[in-house]
Amino acid sequence: MSASETSPLEAWTALQAEAQQRERQRATGHPIQITVGLASCGIAAGGMETQAAFAEAIATQGLPAELRTVGCCGHCYAEPVVIIDHPQSGFPALFYHEVNPGKVHMLVRNFLLGGDPCLEHVMGAMEANDLLPAVNDFARFGLEKRIVMERCGRIDPASIAAYLADGGYGALASALALSPAEIVARITAAGLRGRGGAGYPTGEKWRLAASQSATERHLICNADEGDPGAYMDRTLIESNPHQLIEGMLIAAYAVGASRAKIYIRAEYPLAVSTLEVALAQARQHGLLGDAILGSHFGIEIEIFQGSGAFVCGEETALIRSMEGFRGTPRHRPPYPSVSGLFDAPTVINNVKTLSIVPPIIAKGADWFRGIGTAESPGTAIFSVVGDVTHPGLVEIPMGVTLRHLIFDVCGGIPDQKHFKAAQIGGPSGGCLNETFLDTPIDFDTLAEAGAMMGSGGLVVMNAESCMVDVARFFLEFTQKESCGKCAFCRIGTHHLLTCLEALTKGKAEAGALELLQTLSEDICNGSLCGLGKTAPNPVLTSLRHFAEDYRAHLEQQRCPGLTCRPLIAHYIDLEKCARGCDACVGVCPVAAVFTTSTRKKGIDIDLCIQCGECIAACPPQYDAVRVVSPPALAPRVERPQTDPPKNAEEG
Amino acid sequence: MLMEMGLDREEIAALATIRSELKEIPAQRRYLIPLLQRVQQALSYLPQAAIQLVAQHLHLSPSEVYGVATFYNQFRFTPPGRHPVRVCMGTACHVKGGDIILEHFERKLEIKEGETTPDREFSIERVACVGCCALAPVALMGDALHGHMMTGKVEGLILRVQIEKEKARREMGDRDER
Repeated sequence: MSASETSPLEAWTALQAEAQQRERQRATGHPIQITVGLASCGIAAGGMETQAAFAEAIATQGLPAELRTVGCCGHCYAEPVVIIDHPQSGFPALFYHEVNPGKVHMLVRNFLLGGDPCLEHVMGAMEANDLLPAVNDFARFGLEKRIVMERCGRIDPASIAAYLADGGYGALASALALSPAEIVARITAAGLRGRGGAGYPTGEKWRLAASQSATERHLICNADEGDPGAYMDRTLIESNPHQLIEGMLIAAYAVGASRAKIYIRAEYPLAVSTLEVALAQARQHGLLGDAILGSHFGIEIEIFQGSGAFVCGEETALIRSMEGFRGTPRHRPPYPSVSGLFDAPTVINNVKTLSIVPPIIAKGADWFRGIGTAESPGTAIFSVVGDVTHPGLVEIPMGVTLRHLIFDVCGGIPDQKHFKAAQIGGPSGGCLNETFLDTPIDFDTLAEAGAMMGSGGLVVMNAESCMVDVARFFLEFTQKESCGKCAFCRIGTHHLLTCLEALTKGKAEAGALELLQTLSEDICNGSLCGLGKTAPNPVLTSLRHFAEDYRAHLEQQRCPGLTCRPLIAHYIDLEKCARGCDACVGVCPVAAVFTTSTRKKGIDIDLCIQCGECIAACPPQYDAVRVVSPPALAPRVERPQTDPPKNAEEG
Repeated sequence: MLMEMGLDREEIAALATIRSELKEIPAQRRYLIPLLQRVQQALSYLPQAAIQLVAQHLHLSPSEVYGVATFYNQFRFTPPGRHPVRVCMGTACHVKGGDIILEHFERKLEIKEGETTPDREFSIERVACVGCCALAPVALMGDALHGHMMTGKVEGLILRVQIEKEKARREMGDRDER
């Protein structure tokens, strides 16, 4: 097909018609559609076993059903998720949660063969109806605003036909009819800011790269998601890789890039293989390679597997690592948009940023501006984890409050416990206390509060968590990941960590809090890249908002959250312990539980590792295990000579 | 060859395959990390011989290659156990007590994180985040992921491997007798 015969739009329309035809053919002869969510998280929760059980039932019973695989819909608390569309039963498509092979057998027998949908196991219907609540009526579904994740969990990531039939690559077709400058202008008008964390205007980045006179320009998609606790980039790639590819093609066309690469973590094997399949399909359909959709524009997309270094999320370090060196950042300017990979102008955008591009091109800048706030239009994706009822990925408009996100959308804190802190933005972010619950979340308000949007990780913590320990956890991570280039980051984070470790062990010396404060500020000022500049954020914000936690550790060797193990002790309340009950004895991994002379139990403080298994094992009607801090508060019960520790018995 | 000292027969064969593949790859520095990944995929770690091989091909010094390899978390320089244990130390797992799980593996297998048992059956590693935060705390035994870990489950997982091994040994014994 040459450029003169058909326009990109006509070429795309033909592709789409063919894809729709294929999708229709696929569905005919299979009135029952069973959809299983099989992204990494679904597989981890046992999705493969669920799928195998359905496949076996379909084969042995000869059911007229088609088993489809989709990615992740973001509802991690409900995995493995199954949607069954059985029109003959009269019910709309139904959403089932936590479907194990046992439930599969029940659903096959009762619903697929018998017509009874087992309503007690249904989470909701996929569309509104008079009988059942629809999933969209639930806050966790209905309050979200999905732009980037709209197709996640809905379409098969391994099928380009599913994406094309759903209108995919249409934005690319209309983009190719525009000039590159017009696309850059549209992205600028939409006010899109980079979703990688810092929030730099994407249109500006593109304009700068496009305006450089160079023979070669690069586009790199940054999928080096290294924040422990954030996994939206992986989910997007595993659930809808074609939207990213479409976004990359539009971006490459707009900036005039001749080479495009995806820098993805090697630790995400499923995401890598999903992308490889998707790229091959795009190539087959003339959406990659020379003369894309019959136009004059052509480009290849290659995958580069990153080897796991958190600092490589920083763009200059990422470039260094692609060139085959240690991933150490360099000074900016020159910015990569001017001089990046192999000294050519290079645009580096995050997975989410590039995945938002197709909807903006398709629906226009004004539509995008209508979502979110004036300064930060659009949506944000958070991975909400920790002490929250409905954890998972949530896409909400910028500017909603933390309270809305945690309590309305994600169902609040389980077990009637109280909110203590939200850690937002991962190792570069900060800990916010309840005074920030009503702060609208966007790039600028979070920066003011000392946190940052970062990767979008949000860890919710209840009253039983220790902020000193959280700060220590993040510092341990950044200290390990510091590339070692700047002395302040390399040595400073080490000292910060030593000081925090001393606090969590109750061995800190007077003046420790002042040392933490000044050292943190020095690291911020003395480091070159984003990792070093933001590494002390967890310490600074927790010092500011949770000073009482630090003081308790320092002055009383007490951990108010009962988390720091050297500062707590478990003991058994003899008033409550039941005579002859052995529930806690078997679960203790170190045989610290012994029987007292009254046939009640006691804990050998010298052996106890404070793991808390005995609390979980103690029957709720007795609830006899207590935790105290400082450990001296625990009454000491001597172990009788008649019940020596197990190891001694064996010896 | 002296270079291949300390490698078993399979590893030498894998290295030979890689040597023959090298002809296809241009001697450019940008291929360093992909090459190291290729070696690790075949051998599951980077022995000294492999580092020398890659260095030779790219006209770099082995120390330069070693310097790059040690920078990245993905590369390891000792062979892993047949049942590598990886304990997630992500934020959610930390909040739910992942360190207790790690410690218990260390206690039961009598090795520290980053080490391999003398019989090369188990090794323990910590990983930053496997992205299954809703199942925290999480540990991987081989490729199988286990969510909502408890100290009791740790013992069960180790026991399962030992039972399988014992079973295999007995079957082998039976066959030998016949």
